[in-house]
Amino acid sequence: MTGAPRPATSRAPGEPLLTVRDLHVHLGRSHVLQGVDLDVEKGAVTGLLGRNGVGKTTTLKALLGLVPRTGTIRLQGVDGSIEKRPTPWVVRQGVGYVPEDREVFAGLTVEENLRLAEPMARATGVEPDYDQVHQLFGELYERRKQKAGTLSGGQQQMVALARVLLGRPRLLLVDEPTKGLSPRLVTEVAQVLERVAERTTVLLVEQNLSVVRHLVQRVVVLDAGRVVHRGEAAELLADADRTRELLGVGARRDAKADAGTARPEVTS
Amino acid sequence: MSTLLLLLATGLGLGALYFLVASGLSLIYGLMGVLNFAHGAFLSAGAYGTWWASQHLPGAGPDGAGFWLAVTFGVAVGAVLAALVELLLIRPLYRRHIEQVLVTVGLSLAAVALLQGIWGSDPIPFPRPSWTAGTVRVAGAAIPADRFLLIAAALAVLGGLLALLRYTRVGLVIRAGVENRSMVEALGIDVRRTFTLVFAVGGAAAALAGALGSVYLGSVTPQQGTSLLIFAFIVVVIGGLGSVTGSAAAAVVVGLVQQLANYYAASGVGDLSVVLLLAFVLLARPQGLSGRTA
Amino acid sequence: MSTPQDLTERFANRVRGRGSAGDGTGGEPGTGGGVSTSGSRASWRRRLGWVVPVVVLLVLAWLPYVNVSVPGLFSGVSNSPGTMQLLALSLTFGGIALSYDVLFGRTGLLSFGHALFVAAGSYTTALALGQLRVGLPVAVLLAVAVGVVLPLVVGAVALRVSGIAFAMVTLAFAQAGSILVLRNPGGATGGEEGLPLLRERVPDLLTGVVNAPYRYWLALAYLALCWVVVAWLVRSRAGHAWAAVRENAERLAVLGVSTYRAKLLAFVVGSLLGTLGGVVHLLVVGGATPFVTTTEFTLALLVMVVLGGAGSRWGAVIGGVLYTYLDNRLLQLASSDVVAGLPPVLRVPASEPLFVLGTLFVLVVFFAPGGLAGRVARRGRGRRTAPAVEGEDET
Ligand SMILES: Nc1ncnc2c1ncn2[C@@H]1O[C@H](COP(=O)(O)OP(=O)(O)OP(=O)(O)O)[C@@H](O)[C@H]1O
Ligand SMILES: [Mg+2]
Repeated sequence: MTGAPRPATSRAPGEPLLTVRDLHVHLGRSHVLQGVDLDVEKGAVTGLLGRNGVGKTTTLKALLGLVPRTGTIRLQGVDGSIEKRPTPWVVRQGVGYVPEDREVFAGLTVEENLRLAEPMARATGVEPDYDQVHQLFGELYERRKQKAGTLSGGQQQMVALARVLLGRPRLLLVDEPTKGLSPRLVTEVAQVLERVAERTTVLLVEQNLSVVRHLVQRVVVLDAGRVVHRGEAAELLADADRTRELLGVGARRDAKADAGTARPEVTS
Repeated sequence: MSTLLLLLATGLGLGALYFLVASGLSLIYGLMGVLNFAHGAFLSAGAYGTWWASQHLPGAGPDGAGFWLAVTFGVAVGAVLAALVELLLIRPLYRRHIEQVLVTVGLSLAAVALLQGIWGSDPIPFPRPSWTAGTVRVAGAAIPADRFLLIAAALAVLGGLLALLRYTRVGLVIRAGVENRSMVEALGIDVRRTFTLVFAVGGAAAALAGALGSVYLGSVTPQQGTSLLIFAFIVVVIGGLGSVTGSAAAAVVVGLVQQLANYYAASGVGDLSVVLLLAFVLLARPQGLSGRTA
Repeated sequence: MSTPQDLTERFANRVRGRGSAGDGTGGEPGTGGGVSTSGSRASWRRRLGWVVPVVVLLVLAWLPYVNVSVPGLFSGVSNSPGTMQLLALSLTFGGIALSYDVLFGRTGLLSFGHALFVAAGSYTTALALGQLRVGLPVAVLLAVAVGVVLPLVVGAVALRVSGIAFAMVTLAFAQAGSILVLRNPGGATGGEEGLPLLRERVPDLLTGVVNAPYRYWLALAYLALCWVVVAWLVRSRAGHAWAAVRENAERLAVLGVSTYRAKLLAFVVGSLLGTLGGVVHLLVVGGATPFVTTTEFTLALLVMVVLGGAGSRWGAVIGGVLYTYLDNRLLQLASSDVVAGLPPVLRVPASEPLFVLGTLFVLVVFFAPGGLAGRVARRGRGRRTAPAVEGEDET
């Protein structure tokens, strides 16, 4: 594994790939996001953290235009704010999305799931990156004729990741990729993500703090639709009280999970 | 025995008609979440378009090759109308399913009224090619040829739809869209482009049902679309919204049950059994409503 | 794809105009949009909320004594039997539309089976009068009994599913009723002919052309009854439960709150009022007609409610009255010289009321979400530009 930037104690923030200002989302009658400001640093993994129901998933969906939103969203290399643009357009600017519940197409085969993602690659002027996919997910190739709905949860997560990597996104939005996976699979997914992060900017929503510790450089913490903390991941995690205060039960749950999880064998 | 065969053939013919209407309804609902009440109007467009062409279109007529030209014209009218409805009325209300359904309800009312205003509400005799009036002997039973016309048309449409869904890129997008439209968009695909296509294809199938159903009935009325539509809805729901093969299977079941019960029990019992079948299916497996295209 | 559940449960909200869902307690007119009103205006409305309806009621009750001629609006003078008959029918439909709105606008239940209950009222009464030879009061009591038991049974079954599935089950039940009536079992229902009202079993005041004003008052009384019942229930705990079901059925389900009983209550109340509407319809038109059993009848109710404004008393009533009035009046106008003189391109559509109404309906859906009543209530208030919340419909 090459030298992807690992958490450093203090680093000057690099150039932002994505800049979000004053993002608001209303769903039904609730004001779910109430002015979120967010920078995603180019080449780094930014963690979007927070307790359950604070609006992490909604933030990712708002960035993509999957929910109606207001505010300013700027993507490097694209003129103007993309906040008015429809989802497919945003995605074709090189934004990949791995949703919270994987959302693979259950009735389609693995191969068909991947084929769907091809146009995204072509839109950005590259050929679909099957090499990387085979390299990272060798098992999927053997199961290419299988219906995605019959795969295990971990395998479905791999399909969701492979599908989006095919298009070589510039920015990858990943929502709780380790949710509901066994400790061994958590490690596996974390390893895949680490390799992906070597070449792609990532905005990662994650509850598992050991994964956060290994992957994330900078964190943004949400509470009730607002940003309540911003800073270096290592700094936050080093302060157990502050972590518990910001992330609530997540910290305790994670302590347990940590004990049972074989630490990802990645350099740190 | 020959009565039973006749009933089976008629039931299958009826099922074929239901399938032609239901397949489009099912795909439209599955992909777009629109319960399309205007589908009856597409059917009527096909019927009246065919009838009009057989009288006025050069080269078209009530028999022979002219008849097929007339049918082609009717189907084209249905497809164009459906595409226009999608582009002009459904698309501007994108994702507002409720308004979309309401608009189709308004259209269905207006369309019937318009046809009535132009051509009156009395049945108009429909062109019937001479060979459809003949019979085919099957195992001793004399089966009217028009039954086979309906069944063959439905089989052709079923085959065409399945090929479209299974072997084309658009079909792949439709299948994925029926399952989870947002995720298709999140992969950078503009699903809206497929909506017009699905409407046009569904409209064409309904228009074919309108034309061939009128051949079977021997006449065309403005209300024909609406009455077929209700049973087509039932077929769609029993078959599973969004599923073409499900619609086909359900159409066969509904057509046969209706024919057989109407004959062997009493007139009307068949219709009632179909309705009960729907209630039973829905209550037994409400989850069966979820989309599955193939 | 959209789950059938959330589809219809958001249904009512959406047609009431984006984001302007009323709180169900707001004053009239236009509960459909009472959210952003300032405090003073709201309290003003609450205190005087009953004044407008009462004044309107009094004016309407007085109408049979008014003898004016409004060319175009009515074919004769305002209290001619023909006009009274048309107005009686319009008011009846105002009430029936209000009963349908209990399900659709208030609770977010999209039923395609309301015709079943209207037909039950109409046919039960006609049959009781004709076959059982009972008097009108007994016949009406029988209809009320049917109007409670039938929706209880149908609702108990149909409400086990929701969304489109619910719509389809109700459609199926209504279709069964329609088939039954049309097949004319044992000659009881009269098939396509319908059943005439047995005059000698009905008070003389309600029959005969010249007694149209009494039928008018009957329809007005029915409408007032529906109004009061709906106004009262909407403000009661049941009404709040309905609003909660309409606003956020999923969340209630997650919280473990059972919405079944609230929905069943709405179903029974709406259907019972509809059944009474069937009785009044029978008396007003002088017979039970199979049209009241059809899906088209329910669709017409849906059109009325949306046209006027779903979830608002004024909306439903205005929709019902306007629809029925136009449906009949346009037909009369079609044979008039004005229309006959038009070129065919205009004459043909203009002489088909349903074409005009269908087109008007589409226009309302496009340009006046929230219906005519919502349009009035929203005037002066900035329209929210935030797009509708639909992004979530995929999960
Ligand atoms: N369609 C909707 N209508 C109304 N409220 C909604 C809707 N979708 C989400 N919400 C609310 O928005 C808030 C934020 O939801 P979101 O899914 O973004 O949370 P999250 O941070 O991702 O939580 P989790 O960690 O559990 O995934 C929650 O309170 C949720 O109830
Ligand atoms: Mg989430």
